[in-house]
Amino acid sequence: MSLLQEPAAPVHPHEHPHDHEHSHDHGDGHAHDHAHPHSHDHGDHHPETIPLEQNLLAKNDLLAARNRGWLEGRGIRAFNVMSSPGAGKTTLLVRTLTDLGDRLRAGVIEGDQETSLDADRIRAVGRPVIQINTGAGCHLDADMLRRGLDALDPETGSTVFIENVGNLVCPALFDLGEAAKVVVVSVTEGDDKPHKYPHMFMAADLVIVNKADLLPYVDFDVDGFRRRTRQINPRTEFLVLSATTGDGLAGWYDWLGGTSSRSSTLTESLTDTLSP
Amino acid sequence: MHELSITQSLIDAVLDRTGERTVTAVNLRVGPLSGVLPDAMRFCFDVASAGTPLEGARLMIDEPRGLARCRSCDDEFELADLILLCHCGSADVEVLRGRELMLLSVEVA
Repeated sequence: MSLLQEPAAPVHPHEHPHDHEHSHDHGDGHAHDHAHPHSHDHGDHHPETIPLEQNLLAKNDLLAARNRGWLEGRGIRAFNVMSSPGAGKTTLLVRTLTDLGDRLRAGVIEGDQETSLDADRIRAVGRPVIQINTGAGCHLDADMLRRGLDALDPETGSTVFIENVGNLVCPALFDLGEAAKVVVVSVTEGDDKPHKYPHMFMAADLVIVNKADLLPYVDFDVDGFRRRTRQINPRTEFLVLSATTGDGLAGWYDWLGGTSSRSSTLTESLTDTLSP
Repeated sequence: MHELSITQSLIDAVLDRTGERTVTAVNLRVGPLSGVLPDAMRFCFDVASAGTPLEGARLMIDEPRGLARCRSCDDEFELADLILLCHCGSADVEVLRGRELMLLSVEVA
């Protein structure tokens, strides 16, 4: 049965000093293993290599999967909203919550290194909000979201906006368990961002170009930006709007409602309307 | 500087397996398209491992090259960044290699 059996008669008389009675009793049929091949002398403090073969983000990904299951089980949609600082995430959320009023039951989890300024702005429109201060941290991770959800305690069937730390680099790598990632870019930042921060744009389910009311005053090529975004991420959706004036917000509300979000003609027409 | 928190989770993952044993080396594979800078990880590792059984361990990082295949012309080519564009003009490009962010093994004393 055992493939590990010693030869019946060792013909060549090479003497290795240790008797090789070392391991496998063949009693139970299967050759149960010494996991490490060089183990059979009896010190267990010898150097060894332990294979691990795991993704470095495995722990975060596991916690994110738990969050995702928790959210789905309650019919809660969570959107991870990311951008560089000052692109208008909070303004967009405040405007959204104000415009949609009772039509959208939503809470917000705010991530910032310090202060509760953003949470104060959300609270001012009468919505539940939790501020997470990451201190030195440059992104939210799945464990932080877990604690944020515990504190926010969102109701079944509602929407949770997660406003990530303003940063186009680090948040891209950390799955939180959200239903979709939304990346906001403002036209004052320059249209070369997709190539400069490819991980962020590769992760995006929706890319929003904000502050479109400033297009006449800045050198931002919407079509060029869209082309560069598509080179990084061909499947992402695309909206152009101004959270300040309200232009183009209908497309965003449609997307949130899950209607006509796949319509590229919507994006085209918005671009036509908003381009200088 | 997400490398600090990734390095911290690296150390946690190692300690889960090695406990109190002294770790002499850690072997990683970090691809150029992973979003993580090996040099930043080396810097963070010294800081984050201090006072743990990993202190002083060698951090060995295998850095494979990025490799992609064009679904249009079927050519395979090296990919230095995430701009997925084949020389034939197609952007329908599959990343074959380079996004690795793996803890391969550790050596213990």
